[in-house]
Amino acid sequence: MAGELVLLDFWPSPFGMRSRIALAEKGIPYEYREEDLRNKSDLLLQMNPVHKKIPVLIHNGKPVCESVIQVQYIDEVWHDKAPLIPSDPYQRAVARFWVDFIDKKIYELGSKIWKTKGEEQANAKKEFIECLKLLEGELGDKTYFGGESLGYVDVALVPFYSWFYAYEKCGDFSIEAECPKMIAWVKRCMQKESVAKSLPDQEKVYEFILQLKKVFGIE
Amino acid sequence: MEEEVKLHGMWASPFSRRVELALKLKAIPYQYIEEDLSNKTPSLLRYNPVHKKVPVLVHNDKPVAESMVIIEYMDETWENNPFLPRDPYERAMARFYAKFIDDKLLPTLAKLGQTAGKEKEETIEEIHEQQKVLEDELKGKQFFGGQRIGYLDIVAMILVWLHLTGSITGQKVLSTEKFPLIYEWIERVMKMEVVNECLIPEEKRQDWIQLAQRAPKSASN
Repeated sequence: MAGELVLLDFWPSPFGMRSRIALAEKGIPYEYREEDLRNKSDLLLQMNPVHKKIPVLIHNGKPVCESVIQVQYIDEVWHDKAPLIPSDPYQRAVARFWVDFIDKKIYELGSKIWKTKGEEQANAKKEFIECLKLLEGELGDKTYFGGESLGYVDVALVPFYSWFYAYEKCGDFSIEAECPKMIAWVKRCMQKESVAKSLPDQEKVYEFILQLKKVFGIE
Repeated sequence: MEEEVKLHGMWASPFSRRVELALKLKAIPYQYIEEDLSNKTPSLLRYNPVHKKVPVLVHNDKPVAESMVIIEYMDETWENNPFLPRDPYERAMARFYAKFIDDKLLPTLAKLGQTAGKEKEETIEEIHEQQKVLEDELKGKQFFGGQRIGYLDIVAMILVWLHLTGSITGQKVLSTEKFPLIYEWIERVMKMEVVNECLIPEEKRQDWIQLAQRAPKSASN
């Protein structure tokens, strides 16, 4: 069942981090291969010809692309270890809804925060916080979005924490001040080895963003 | 147990029509509530406070929003006529191409209405590249789902809509000559009664074309 497992990834990608966490949670060994996105490997282009993007999970030579699809695939294949997706259909629908929400909002708004200035940035910050607050509402009093253990929504969201410091520095605001419950949840997640080992250091991500800004000519 | 299924939808929304097709494929009786997107019902706002959009499926008073989330929920709750394959890899493939349609093809089609001249030609080229991806997926199959209509066929119904509206506007966006498998698939699904029931009625097609040109971002609003 395990077979050969390779993850084509890029260290600061929150999408790649999702699959890293899922595999780590289930204790599944795999080969991690770092891609240089300015010089993509033949393997990446061959395994993801449609989008040419990371992450790509290659299982016994067959590629699975798109992080949310990878996490679901990992959960379905290795279903007996640390299940991430709820078993009840309605709870699954709720979890999928929030993962879809995260995908539609968090990355794009976060990108606007570090890429833009002035009014556009201010609007992005405001909406970003509103989205986090909606997620706080969904979390409620639970330890994790998944309840007592890490679930699909936790895995989908927590990678963005590695970018929070960069967002805060670029946007000159404090996420913890606005969303303390969110940060408390993050800290609980970071206690888990699967999460702590899958997320890069926030300062490193910030340095990376600063380099990108130079490359794109953003002040 | 008494099952109560309601669908808040909108006649012009391909996302809403998708869910209707899914309901009919599983022969699930439901109550349909047509939403006026400029005057949304309090129920819709209560059932989908985050996005305030259609479609929303309400099953025994529990709401499910987002068309693909709804379709997977339906597949897991009503096990007849399954949409998704059982094999995890095949499921991943079906989900991948469905996401491709929603994340790539639909936005490119939406962009088309806003372009003219050279930009329009380039956008049509882009659509053809995206069509090729789907054409390749049909190789050796009757339907995207294999022998039977499935998850990806439901999402791909947008191709049928485009084909129909193309006949009206005279503007062929879908190249059926370049992509014969897609054309054959369109003809095949259009022979199905349930598919026809979920197509935009003939008398409303002109209205749909105008609507699509005016509000391209997403017909589900």
